[in-house]
Amino acid sequence: MSVENPVERYLRSDRMPHIWCPGCGIGTTVNCFTRAIDESGIPMDRLAVVSGIGCTGRVAGYMHVDSFHTTHGRAIPFATGLKLAAPDMKVVVYSGDGDLFAIGGNHFIHAARRNLDMTVICVNNLTYGMTGGQLTPTTPEEAIASTSPYGNFEHPFNLPYLAESCGAVYVARWTTYHVTQMKKAMKEALLKKGFSFVEVISPCPTLYGRRNRIGDSLDEMKTYKTRSVIKNGADTKEVDLGMTGPIVVGKFVDRERTTYQDAMEAFYSRKLGNRYVRASQ
Amino acid sequence: MVIDAERCKGCALCVEFCPTDVLALSSSFTAKGYHPPEIVRPEACSGCDLCGMYCPDFAIYGYRL
Ligand SMILES: Cc1ncc(C[n+]2csc(CCOP(=O)(O)OP(=O)(O)O)c2C)c(N)n1
Ligand code: SF4
Ligand code: SF4
Ligand code: SF4
Ligand SMILES: [Mg+2]
Repeated sequence: MSVENPVERYLRSDRMPHIWCPGCGIGTTVNCFTRAIDESGIPMDRLAVVSGIGCTGRVAGYMHVDSFHTTHGRAIPFATGLKLAAPDMKVVVYSGDGDLFAIGGNHFIHAARRNLDMTVICVNNLTYGMTGGQLTPTTPEEAIASTSPYGNFEHPFNLPYLAESCGAVYVARWTTYHVTQMKKAMKEALLKKGFSFVEVISPCPTLYGRRNRIGDSLDEMKTYKTRSVIKNGADTKEVDLGMTGPIVVGKFVDRERTTYQDAMEAFYSRKLGNRYVRASQ
Repeated sequence: MVIDAERCKGCALCVEFCPTDVLALSSSFTAKGYHPPEIVRPEACSGCDLCGMYCPDFAIYGYRL
């Protein structure tokens, strides 16, 4: 008896092989994500994947579920509209560090503040992969990028701290080395009500690893293995990433807050009584 | 476990992270010129699917019957 690859039914197989480079971490995150969906019990037809532009942004186009490949930086606004119009869909934003935190940073902070009921998965490869390896808001200090040939002097975002400060109810970080933990975090995020955020540190061997003399994907994965320190419940202020030093991983935040949708329903029901008509039931 | 060699891009993550050293990169070439993995210790495979979780190209996976 042979069994199908568990990822296969979630892929648009006619679009394989994908365009990602040898050893690119994005495919590894997709394996974990599809297994997390399986374990979450969420039916494929109740799940939508929304991406912006970038190598990671191609995930929406490769997944055989309702998916939306939007404009650069605007995955969260599209996902917000989708969620408000179709409240019983599970909406997942799947995009890169540049897309979500440079051009799209404004949308991220407000979606977290509002506690929109959605999951955001960021494949953080510390660079703009698709456009040639420029600096992003998460590139570590000293790292070489095509726009910082002598190294980066800017202070990067610490994404878990940003997400927690803005109001996310679930925040976790893993690397592509931690496949089982990443899958579990994605499953927990999918099942969490409110704004959940999973950061995955991931190799871009072509434009980040080689330029920074880390080597190929396997070499970078080995650095994740040696540098990572698991600290569930860590203070997110203390999980900054550098070129060297620990990569703190784990589940950092898991708390409850009223969601945007619940607050809106309660507020308008109180203000308008039976004149208030819900979006859809 | 099952290998779809024509999808493979030879990154060796499956070889490195298989907990029981079932795999090695072969000296053969795929049509695109990559070295895919081959099974060197079939009896040691537990079907754990770690190779399937790691493989960036959806080219290998493990299963238990
Ligand atoms: C409005 C606009 N500005 C710039 C671009 C060019 N652009 C395409 S992808 C990208 C960055 C992608 O980086 P990231 O989100 O980190 O994804 P990665 O490729 O690293 O996965 C940029 C700047 C664009 N497509 N649209
Ligand atoms: S450029 Fe980097 S992020 Fe894009 S596919 Fe290649 S390795 Fe992956
Ligand atoms: S299924 Fe597990 S034991 Fe078998 S080859 Fe893959 S990683 Fe190794
Ligand atoms: S992990 Fe996948 S792409 Fe990489 S060598 Fe193994 S089968 Fe090939
Ligand atoms: Mg990126």
